[in-house]
Amino acid sequence: MFSLGSLTPDEWTAILLSLRIAVVATIVALPFGIAIAWLLARKNFWGKAILDAVVHLPLVLPPVVTGYLLLIWFGRRGVIGSFLADWFGIVFSFRWTGAALACGVMGFPLLVRAIRLSFEAIDMKLEAAASTLGANRFLVFATVTLPLALPGIIAGMVLCFAKALGEFGATITFVSNIPGETQTISAAIYTYMQIPNADAAAGRLVVVAIIISLIALILSEWLARRVGTRVHGE
Amino acid sequence: MLAVDVEKRLGDFALAAKFEAAGGVTALFGPSGSGKTSIVNMVAGLMTPDRGRIRSGEALLFDSGGGLDVQPHRRGIGYVFQDGRLFPHMTVARNLDYGRRMYRLPLDAAGRTRVIDMLDIGRLLDRRPGNLSGGERQRVAIGRALLMRPRLLLLDEPLASLDVARKREIFPYLLRLRDERVPMIYVSHQAAEVRRIATTIVRIDAGCVAGVGGTELLDAADADAL
Repeated sequence: MFSLGSLTPDEWTAILLSLRIAVVATIVALPFGIAIAWLLARKNFWGKAILDAVVHLPLVLPPVVTGYLLLIWFGRRGVIGSFLADWFGIVFSFRWTGAALACGVMGFPLLVRAIRLSFEAIDMKLEAAASTLGANRFLVFATVTLPLALPGIIAGMVLCFAKALGEFGATITFVSNIPGETQTISAAIYTYMQIPNADAAAGRLVVVAIIISLIALILSEWLARRVGTRVHGE
Repeated sequence: MLAVDVEKRLGDFALAAKFEAAGGVTALFGPSGSGKTSIVNMVAGLMTPDRGRIRSGEALLFDSGGGLDVQPHRRGIGYVFQDGRLFPHMTVARNLDYGRRMYRLPLDAAGRTRVIDMLDIGRLLDRRPGNLSGGERQRVAIGRALLMRPRLLLLDEPLASLDVARKREIFPYLLRLRDERVPMIYVSHQAAEVRRIATTIVRIDAGCVAGVGGTELLDAADADAL
């Protein structure tokens, strides 16, 4: 019989690390996701099709390729990685921050897609009405566009979080599989499966992964319904 | 006083309108598709004319010669849309206060109560637009535009989306609006409405001003219709 008490400290470490990585990845990706979703939904500019394709690339590319590219660009000697390390002290290689970056990149297309759809569904006449009532562009966005897009934003965050929680290929390629630093639930399950007689540990983590996913889905459904009634009236 | 002199090409349709509106209620009267809504959209700043000038009182709002185009949120012009356009995610009270808050006007509790009483929307304040009737929605939209204390109020066919009973319900409120001493531009293609509410009539036909005057323009329109 499964119980939380039967989890070993190492397993707990992997679980909490997974949650931290997924939460940080989703929260950091969110402002970028909203900005790009808004650009794609509302603006016409040169290279829009290219931006759209690049955003969706992690969805289609083999995760190993995404991880490899992250290693090249965001590694300690990568163009972006060395810049961020020198100027801001942010290091990704073989750190949990790198795992969060990989998870954020993999979840980003799902985040952008959901938010973009909700922006496109908003009646722009409401924004025009707000501007005649004295709201500048920023206030129109903050008081009308964003609140009306909230159900889509929540849906996008849940999808991004779920993707981040389950991410494996890009993460292990970019930041390896270091217990306590980059070993998420998925990586830990993979590791236990390689070790003889560790089936029980792998099984426990599988159960935990299922429980976390179920809770996230139920929570998001409940939240979406609450926000939906708030946005559209009873 | 509002002075409009604008030109705008919309596909195959060419609009060239020049008229002045003093205080009171100026009706833009003409058949559907004659360009009335485009004209008020240009006055509100929601559509940019190709050429021309728009002046409200002393303030120049648009001047293609001087490259001036005041943003809608700085024009201080209230707009009641045909379709209401209440914010669905806000209560009626928050809809009503939106313009005052965006324009950062101080709360005038007595003035707010007076407008709410005039429009009989006091018992709707905690409701959301989603469960208001069409007539209630339009009354809230009128209140929302009035409470930003506009220098000019634009009403674009405010009755068009309502059935006859609802029209009868709203019209007395529109007549009361005249006593608010806010100059109004009232867009309509209904001669009966215009006859009862307008102090000046600007007849629009195929994107041009066909005449400015009193109710005799409506009689001419009736004669044309025959």
